[in-house]
Amino acid sequence: MSLYGSRRRANILAAALCWAAAIFGLSWLVMILGALVYEGAKGLSPDVFTQMTPPPGGAGGLLNAMAGSLIMSVIGVAVGAPLGMLAGTYMAEYGRYSRLTVAIRFINDILLSAPSIVIGLFVYELMVARMGHFSAISGSVALAILVIPVVLRTTEDMLLLVPGSLREAATALGLPRSYVIQRVAYRAAKSGLVTGVLLAVARVSGETAPLLFTSLNNQFWSLDLNAPMASLPVVIFQFALSPYKDWQQLAWTGALLVTVTVLVLSIAARTLSRQRTSK
Amino acid sequence: MTVMPVVKPELSTKVSVRNLDFFYGDQRALKNVTIGLHTNKVTAFIGPSGCGKSTLLRVLNRMYDLYPKQRAEGEVILDGENILDPRVDVNLLRSRVGMVFQKPTPFPMSIYENIAFGVRLYEKLSKAALDERVEEALRGAALWEEVKDKLHKSGLGLSGGQQQRLCIARSVAVQPEVILFDEPCSALDPISTAKVEELIDELSQRYTIAIVTHNMQQAVRVSDFTAFMYLGEITEFGETDAVFTAPREKRTQDYITGRFG
Repeated sequence: MSLYGSRRRANILAAALCWAAAIFGLSWLVMILGALVYEGAKGLSPDVFTQMTPPPGGAGGLLNAMAGSLIMSVIGVAVGAPLGMLAGTYMAEYGRYSRLTVAIRFINDILLSAPSIVIGLFVYELMVARMGHFSAISGSVALAILVIPVVLRTTEDMLLLVPGSLREAATALGLPRSYVIQRVAYRAAKSGLVTGVLLAVARVSGETAPLLFTSLNNQFWSLDLNAPMASLPVVIFQFALSPYKDWQQLAWTGALLVTVTVLVLSIAARTLSRQRTSK
Repeated sequence: MTVMPVVKPELSTKVSVRNLDFFYGDQRALKNVTIGLHTNKVTAFIGPSGCGKSTLLRVLNRMYDLYPKQRAEGEVILDGENILDPRVDVNLLRSRVGMVFQKPTPFPMSIYENIAFGVRLYEKLSKAALDERVEEALRGAALWEEVKDKLHKSGLGLSGGQQQRLCIARSVAVQPEVILFDEPCSALDPISTAKVEELIDELSQRYTIAIVTHNMQQAVRVSDFTAFMYLGEITEFGETDAVFTAPREKRTQDYITGRFG
């Protein structure tokens, strides 16, 4: 009985520690989100969505920064996600047993954990220095480079989770490999693949460092990929560090917008992929 | 060792395995296997775990090709053609030699799609003809009555036994010539097992069937011929009745009576 009693006490203690750790961890998240909503919501007005970033003391919004973020993120994901998916597919399907895969996985892990500022500097050297000016396209390339390792990793992991028996069953029907991958493996791993792309979107939409060295910022409305372009993270960075109250307010609001966008995107994609698989 | 069956004149051989060796890396899993599968007959493979039954089955549709370091030497003749020849189109071969696995493996798509999917790849059928083919396959697998109202629901929602019959329907729908069953009932309850066995019996009127099983009674119930395998060799092969009532080898006798040590 005493043995049982001590196990019971150990169990209660362990459970209490788990709870405490979870609450401790989550409380910071709640506080950050709370501060963000409280400070950010104060600055919400139609102007935010219709006006350009203002000079200090002037009235304005974040329209050019939102458009810039959207454009560069879309290009970055559109370029990086297919590359990452194809590479991940190679590693999990065609090259599962090859040495190349081991090498790629190692390099990709380094890329995955490389500080994003390094990627910013790399693209600066590669494009900005040669072109002689900052540009939206170099920002997009920097974001694409950030997308690739995230998508590659999740694609490989998710495809490896697809049971081999499913592949064998499809192969046994006489399906060529490409069909087995596209119609069976991708389908079975769909929600995981979507999550991977989403993680990448979430990652790049908040990146500041690589954009500081590539697309820089632009106070005006610009859709020119060959010119500097504003983006929410860079604007937040610049405005939050400024001594001007109205700029600081816009920075809070911008941060709130980025967070809400990522949140909405993930919820939408998750429900979408869940609905399709359960049908 | 070559143990050839007493072939009655009316039997023709669909698949003929000659001097087959199989290797997993350096490990030799099949040793000089020679056996014939008779057209429209059921041949059962029995023997202790690890004796090479499944390996042999996986050679017949070249499933081992998916994995590195696995290779087969010898000949497997299907209708006069050596399927181990590297020039053979393995996808075409697999469309002729279907396979049903130990665990049901429905694809993550609707019941209808599970079946139509493979058919579309090799045949251009109209919507009506495809519908008909799907129904025919499901009827053939004794599943039609249970799923006819939910053809467009996910195949993953079916019970284990239903899933296995769906997999059989899927194999049948592409109209193969040979069907390989790799312990098809080991994950099923007795009722589903009975249904699948009945099905195998019916299918043998049109297809040449090979079945690996650990269940002696099942081998007796469904097969016309039985091969006993031990340590990568076929040590006894003959008509099922003969193998089970009067085995030539003591080892076979011990195994089928459960005295195997």
